[in-house]
Amino acid sequence: MDKLEYTALDQSIHHCVLPNGLNIYVDVRPEYAKQFAFFATRYGGMDLRFRGEDGEWLDTPAGVAHFLEHKTFDTEDGNALQIMAANGTDPNAFTSWAMTGYFFDGVRGFEENLRTLLSFVSVPWFTPESVDKEQGIIAQEIRMYEDDPGDEVYCRLLEAMYVRHPIRTKVAGTVESIAQITADTLYQCHGAFYRPGNMVLCAAGNIDPQRVADIAREVLPGVPAPAVAVDHGRPEPPQVGQQYVRKTMAVSMPLFALGFKGTPAQEGGLRQRLVAELVCDVLFSSSAPLYSRLYEQGLINSSFNSCYSAAPGCAWIMAEGESRDPERVRAEVLQEAARLGREGIDQQLWDRLKNAAYGAMVRHLNSMEDTCIELAEAHFKGEDYLSFPQVFQSIERADGEALLREWCVESRTALSVVAPED
Amino acid sequence: MQQHWKRLADGVELSVSQTDKFKTGLLAVTLTIPLREETATAGALIPEVLSRGSRTHPNMELLSAASDALYGASLGPAVRQRGESQCVSFLCSFIDDRYALDGSAVLEPAADLMGEVLLDPALQDGVFRRDYVESEGANLADRIEARVNDKRGWAMFRLIQEMCAGEAYAVDKLGSAQRARAATAQSLWADYHALLSGAKVNFYYGGAALPERVEDAVRRAFAPLLTGRDAPVCCQVAAQPQGPVRTVTEAMDVTQGKLAMGFRTGGVTLASDEFPALLVCNALYGGSANSKLFLNVREKLSLCYYASSMLDKAKGLMAVSSGVEFAQFDRAQEAILAQLDAIRRGGFTGEELTAAIRTVVNGLRGRRDSQGQMEDDRLTNLLFHSAAGEGEALIGEVEKVTADQVVEAARRLKLDTVYRLTGKEG
Repeated sequence: MDKLEYTALDQSIHHCVLPNGLNIYVDVRPEYAKQFAFFATRYGGMDLRFRGEDGEWLDTPAGVAHFLEHKTFDTEDGNALQIMAANGTDPNAFTSWAMTGYFFDGVRGFEENLRTLLSFVSVPWFTPESVDKEQGIIAQEIRMYEDDPGDEVYCRLLEAMYVRHPIRTKVAGTVESIAQITADTLYQCHGAFYRPGNMVLCAAGNIDPQRVADIAREVLPGVPAPAVAVDHGRPEPPQVGQQYVRKTMAVSMPLFALGFKGTPAQEGGLRQRLVAELVCDVLFSSSAPLYSRLYEQGLINSSFNSCYSAAPGCAWIMAEGESRDPERVRAEVLQEAARLGREGIDQQLWDRLKNAAYGAMVRHLNSMEDTCIELAEAHFKGEDYLSFPQVFQSIERADGEALLREWCVESRTALSVVAPED
Repeated sequence: MQQHWKRLADGVELSVSQTDKFKTGLLAVTLTIPLREETATAGALIPEVLSRGSRTHPNMELLSAASDALYGASLGPAVRQRGESQCVSFLCSFIDDRYALDGSAVLEPAADLMGEVLLDPALQDGVFRRDYVESEGANLADRIEARVNDKRGWAMFRLIQEMCAGEAYAVDKLGSAQRARAATAQSLWADYHALLSGAKVNFYYGGAALPERVEDAVRRAFAPLLTGRDAPVCCQVAAQPQGPVRTVTEAMDVTQGKLAMGFRTGGVTLASDEFPALLVCNALYGGSANSKLFLNVREKLSLCYYASSMLDKAKGLMAVSSGVEFAQFDRAQEAILAQLDAIRRGGFTGEELTAAIRTVVNGLRGRRDSQGQMEDDRLTNLLFHSAAGEGEALIGEVEKVTADQVVEAARRLKLDTVYRLTGKEG
């Protein structure tokens, strides 16, 4: 295995690519009690249309990637969840728009658990009965999300911002869409996306990197298979589809999500992320002028926060929180963005926020889990996550101002509100 | 890792977990007072008002700028309930000196900033600033009223309120919305001084610095707090339910029902010798992915989307939390209780017991990979004098737990109250 050194972070990562195309990253941490492994495929809730093995384009129902995540734990002999739980580990999985990841952590039996993880994820086993039963469980999960105002306000923001991009689709799908899923659908999607060349394995803890690679070589299929083509539809227009959406639910106070539709990065996604996150800080952080103003007027409270997100074909920044008057928050934010675009960002503020953002990313590395997931996401985007100290150095105030002028304008802004019932 | 503990004055302690495995240091100061209706609101409100600004950094923008300058140190308040105590904390996480771009020390200025925020607030006419108290009072009231937004948390919150009505445990650690809106700069200023002089004080540091250096930094930054005080920490444990099982049903506009069930542990808490067996019993019953509740109630019977159990180790409570369809309340409740009965009858295999023990051990060991969890555990154990100790000592006890002890722990569990959150008709 190659050893990649990141001296600024006092960190090294072991990396290799197996002949079957699987990329492996290992972060050795001798002092940690736990070991952690994360095995992920570049396949998520927005990958609905792809070219099947017969060369035909295939449209699949919303929610397949997430459904598959649930059923992947099934094996011919039972359920991998229980096999691993019996070892005292805590296996779990999640599905996002662009990725499905399986992971476990534990303090013993790492190699055995790793074998189990690689095996159950790569060997599909679905029966009509088990698919039927899972439809009931997932329908319950979907209902739980529907009762969560935070989820609703976010999903509706994406529906408003995007005109046709599959990011509009809820990752778990709907009760109706998952009713169309069969064991065959699952086999087709597993065959297309759960190929080593479309996957990544990241592990961390007091472990031997070479053993990780050896086990992956033993357990996984050796033959490389080309990645499948995925269709996310025609590119999005720069402006949002709807500027305002509102829904009522059982909440005590209106929740809002305010989104700015961005231009997806062609390359240099890490750079765009760092610039966009700094722009979030300049606009929304508590050490920037707007936050105090809104807070002191009682327009926002400490639940207010912001973030940058991106997936293939889309990128956006968003602020969310609770407010008695979300529309005034939007007006104030747009006004501040226009002022910053005109007058420029204060250099001292920019430097301070850059320092703080760097420190926050260093702090983030304490977590093996977060580090592995970041490495996997960066891998799928073709980036080197741990190069962030260097990328920070190359970012200037003008980069932030350019992004602010382009993204934070009215035509690219959407506001989603979940309000109390009258 | 090395654990250090030192009494700085009566009722004032410093605890240090020294290790260089993290890239950061965590410094915390916690003021612990009895959880009481009359004082809880002030306890929750004071740290929010203090976070608005200090004398030197009198508004949020300047205060945030000061933590930004410390490489984005995250300085924030936390209000926690531990048993029947309210713990009012400030926690600060900051990068270790090794990663400071200019090589300067971060621990000392971080401690100074925390001390300044806690002890030297922005004032107006000799008391807290009125605008800060009013707006934070309103925010706190909003937060209390927003509890209802998270239905899973709401069901558990209501369960505890009903089950422990009349006990200090049921007092909301955030206080009441009414009191929060009514707080004045004058009244809160008096509450603040009562808190500073009467609370038990725990300082905690986790990170690479030597304990002597931490002590120096703490003594300098928090000097006015280092005075002796008599601040015992108590928690009344009701070993048994006070009457027959109570069921409370409430309706709300939801699509999924919530079923929460509260049990008394027969008086077992972290201060009991039987505590390790209770930990294992909880893991076996509903505390992991191979627990009885997960395997049978969720997976086999598909009755709940989630069903899990958790312990309050200071109060001697266990609670089951689950999400169910409205039509399935009775069946789900029956199935959840049937699983506990199975354990009481010894209906589990040696493999299941081993797996449950491993789950507990895994959880305990793993918590030492997180500075935040280490702080949390250390605080709880120092406040309540864990019988089995912590770390390896407790792990050793857990590994020795037998099937009989688990059966015994399950038999002590008595259902006290059931809370059902159902949908509105029509």
